[in-house]
Amino acid sequence: MLFDRPRAVNVDLQTDATLQVDISDALSERDKVKFTVHTKSTLPNFKQNEFSVVRQHEEFIWLHDSFVENEEYAGYIIPPAPPRPDFDASREKLQKLGEGEGSMTKEEFTKMKQELEAEYLAIFKKTVAMHEVFLCRVAAHPVLRKDMNFHVFLEYNQDLSVRGKNKREKMEDFFKNVVKSADGVLVAGVKDVDDFFEHEKTFLLEYHNRVKDASSKSDRMIRSHKSAADDINRIASTLYTLGTQDSTDVCKFFLKVSELFEKTRKIEARVAADEDLKLADLLKYYLRESQAAKDLLYRRGRALVDYENANKALDKARAKNKDVLQAETSQQVCCQKFEKISESAKQELIDFKTRRVAAFRKNLVELAELELKHAKGNLQLLQSCVGVLKGDT
Amino acid sequence: MQLEEEVEDKFELNISITNPEKVGDGMNAYMAYKVSTQTTLPMFRSKTFTVRRRFSDFLGLYEKLSDKHTLNGYIVPPPPEKSIMGMTKVKVGKEDNSSAEFVERRRAALERYLQRVVFHPSLLQDPDVREFLERDDVSSACVCALSGAGFLKMINRATDSLSKMTIKMNESDVWFEEKLQEVEAEDQQLRKLHIMVDSLVGHRKELSVNTGGFAKSVAMLGSSEDNTALSRALSQLAEVEDKMEQLHQEQAASDSFCFAELLADYIRLLGSVRASFDQRMKTWQRWQDAQNMLQKKRETEAKLLWANKPDKLQQAKDDITEWEAKVTQYERDFDRVSATVRKEVLRFEKEKARDFKKQIIKYLESLLQSQQQLIKYWEAFLPEAKAIA
Repeated sequence: MLFDRPRAVNVDLQTDATLQVDISDALSERDKVKFTVHTKSTLPNFKQNEFSVVRQHEEFIWLHDSFVENEEYAGYIIPPAPPRPDFDASREKLQKLGEGEGSMTKEEFTKMKQELEAEYLAIFKKTVAMHEVFLCRVAAHPVLRKDMNFHVFLEYNQDLSVRGKNKREKMEDFFKNVVKSADGVLVAGVKDVDDFFEHEKTFLLEYHNRVKDASSKSDRMIRSHKSAADDINRIASTLYTLGTQDSTDVCKFFLKVSELFEKTRKIEARVAADEDLKLADLLKYYLRESQAAKDLLYRRGRALVDYENANKALDKARAKNKDVLQAETSQQVCCQKFEKISESAKQELIDFKTRRVAAFRKNLVELAELELKHAKGNLQLLQSCVGVLKGDT
Repeated sequence: MQLEEEVEDKFELNISITNPEKVGDGMNAYMAYKVSTQTTLPMFRSKTFTVRRRFSDFLGLYEKLSDKHTLNGYIVPPPPEKSIMGMTKVKVGKEDNSSAEFVERRRAALERYLQRVVFHPSLLQDPDVREFLERDDVSSACVCALSGAGFLKMINRATDSLSKMTIKMNESDVWFEEKLQEVEAEDQQLRKLHIMVDSLVGHRKELSVNTGGFAKSVAMLGSSEDNTALSRALSQLAEVEDKMEQLHQEQAASDSFCFAELLADYIRLLGSVRASFDQRMKTWQRWQDAQNMLQKKRETEAKLLWANKPDKLQQAKDDITEWEAKVTQYERDFDRVSATVRKEVLRFEKEKARDFKKQIIKYLESLLQSQQQLIKYWEAFLPEAKAIA
């Protein structure tokens, strides 16, 4: 099922000719979505220059988790995993509609069906976009793009058989608790000597919570907006019925007003949809990315604790003059690990900020432009209708 | 019709209802409204005058007008509904948005009610209407007449739904049958529409609240953001959303006052229209009953003639004369009421068309203004967003 959609709206990524990844197609089946992952690459590791495989959501999660579990990548912000495709609400509505078919007119039914199908399609497009963004982020990352699992994911044209192995997704609640205790480590930890990281820690903790709040409030606002647009739709239908009962002046009047409301509510629905894309999705994405950034700080914090403990162990060993060499080696390993993480973490956090500012700028500008476009459209419709109606009386 | 319009042009009559004021305390408190009239009609004592009336006074006026005119087939405009909950809040002194809204809604509804009454050329001539507008105090008799149960009974009496009637009429004039069907279909649609508009009002109010919540949240996010330009842009976004909250609130009020109230008025008015059709049916029935009675009396006379009872014969002949007169009278009544109903319905339709057009255009204009405001806010925000670096 082909369709065109804007590319990776939430991140401003450099597209690189050496490795380009996108989701060229997607198919929604009963209870799963099949994504066609399409790769174009000049890298020598791949057998061909252009190829496609079919992947499901669990395989994306497997890839994400493999990054998280890889010690080598401890110093990077792991691109957040795409959320699970959720069509439950939409499917439920379509089912309810089917059950209630007898209680409404044919026109009403057709109209509502079209509405719900459009909603389903919108959710579908979103989930594709979110899965695509994840892959693009990986492909754009100088280190992650070289990952073996990533190449397997892109190239291996058989099922990766990872269903059932994704512990993280199954134990989401457990994961949340891990996050909470991670916050605890970050907060209760010794004040960082490094001002940069100290600032980042404070900033990210607060920012993450506020972005979470903004995300849920934006969802609520957009839902109300959609409900209002639905009401206008029903009002338009009833006015139409009133208008077709006769051919008097007042009936013609109702028909014109009904037509107007049909058009304005389409615009209202578009406004809600655009707010969803440009605002709600943006906030949701940065909720996940700021969590990933926090996870990085947590890993660094843990490495620091390990390093400090290794130092203490070394001092003890020297004092007792026992197992000194072992303690020295251990301390060096911890030191290297910590320094490696710190170095890449600093760059990652700076890049995160740059990406975030660019993404917000892009989306806020587009949001404002779309709001203006729709408001002007609405205004013109209203003005011309009022003009016609006033002229008739 | 022609004459009525000429009368309208020549004479002016403007009514406004203002200054709702709470009188008294506790459960005996009530709202008093200022009813101001400005007119050039000679039947009034002066050109401008004001009286104070309370809600039950309006109900009293309706009761009087309905008693007199409904049985002649007139469509008597109904007053707004009593609302126990709405009034209780006001009595108890709850000075919140919803009770202020309730008072305003009632004030506007009462104003429209009176305007409809005086716009009706026959009702305007009724001395009760003049008295209502002019007299400094209206008798308190009508005040206590309207307890909850009393009010309900009065309304039911005047607007007996046709479905309850078991009169099967031999309709000689198909116009009435068709018209009644139209009225009933329209009633159904208007009720449906009213429910939907109410839903819209609810969702817009909800949207307003949620937009406000979002605005605050964005402001918080902006203050966390450590990039200066983005931080400022986010706080500007918060301001835009704040203004949107206000805009949605105003829009919900417009949805309610311009649109929902219009529908509610006409749902009530259609009730009065059906009442006039019912009335016509009643007069037809009375005529039929009289014809049946006359027939019976004639049979009685025939029986007496055959049985040869001369003393009772005179009585029978008198009865026949009496009922012949009644039949003639009732037939005339039926024709008269039919003509009135017909005229009233045509008048009502004209007024309805004018009302709907006027109100809905007003509503669309408020939607228009909303969009203009929206454009202003986003145009101010756009450069701020572009300035992010």
